[in-house]
Amino acid sequence: MCTWTSEQIEIAGQGRGVSDWIHVSNANISYDHPAIAPYEHALLIDFVDPAQGVGARIAVELDVTSAHALMRALQTTLATPQAMLDYDTAMTKQTLSG
Amino acid sequence: MLVETVRFGGHGGDLIEGYLARPIIAEPTPGVVVIHHAPGLDPWCREVARNLAFAGYTTVVPHLYHRRGPGDWADVAAAARVEGLDKAMPNDQVMGDVAGAAAYLRTLTNSNGKVGVIGFCSGGRQALLAACDVPTLDAAVNCWGGSIFPEVDPYDPEGRRASGVIHRVKDMTVPLLGIFGNDDLNPSVEQVDRLDKVLTVLDKEHTFHRYDDAGHAFFVTDKPSYRQEQSVDGWKRIRVFFQDKLY
Repeated sequence: MCTWTSEQIEIAGQGRGVSDWIHVSNANISYDHPAIAPYEHALLIDFVDPAQGVGARIAVELDVTSAHALMRALQTTLATPQAMLDYDTAMTKQTLSG
Repeated sequence: MLVETVRFGGHGGDLIEGYLARPIIAEPTPGVVVIHHAPGLDPWCREVARNLAFAGYTTVVPHLYHRRGPGDWADVAAAARVEGLDKAMPNDQVMGDVAGAAAYLRTLTNSNGKVGVIGFCSGGRQALLAACDVPTLDAAVNCWGGSIFPEVDPYDPEGRRASGVIHRVKDMTVPLLGIFGNDDLNPSVEQVDRLDKVLTVLDKEHTFHRYDDAGHAFFVTDKPSYRQEQSVDGWKRIRVFFQDKLY
């Protein structure tokens, strides 16, 4: 079903785009010196596919308050009924297949 | 000046990439190896190399993450970061790359035979280590190198202990200049005091300059940590130090 649920938050940071959709296989998350964003430290999130080289990377560098706002929005979104149902189904499948 | 990307033998004979900037003058010139900070061989580190070349030094910045490339400097650094510091920049590998960079500088026809090293952030710690492990160097500058001591790293969310390099300073033979901000947490004022004391007790040649209203990375012009007045004075101290040790 269409859930039409969304969380909108204001954020501060920098993002690195790519020209097209890319496959991603890993998410790397750290809190460290950013490359570009104007903060001494930032939440660094990289969605990557190492098999495709270091350039297969969708990156964001967020200031710490934006990072917390993002985390709350993710938690709120994933607590909606459809997301909870899908998660329970996925975990059940994983348990049965494991 | 001439600015170009070069290749030379690093640790274990690996052919690594470096960013070279050199003045075009007739007189023999000293060399400087710049050890880039943890975010990678970014535009600011290249600016540092050009500024040193402008001051008369043939300067090379070995790309310590070169083995993860090729690619954009930020992508390569991101790939290194996910491996963790110990795997991305093991001390022996960095020392081999620094020694390779110094040897490369001495092969250039305009070299006067003297080579110094300067490093920032993690590179500051590595410059201190190079003063111990690469005795062919003639001068070393440690700019706010943290994790000198084996203690809890304040930037590590899991509170792990950094391995530290203080145990190596007993073998330090290269004159050392230190540049530190008094608002920095790693190294903290207390840690810089301890390093100063250890070097003094061991009778190692060193001079520290410490700045109020400056934290970590206060030379870095494209970050909010930049402090103009302190940075200008720090660079002046570095030029005087290199002038004294590399000519």
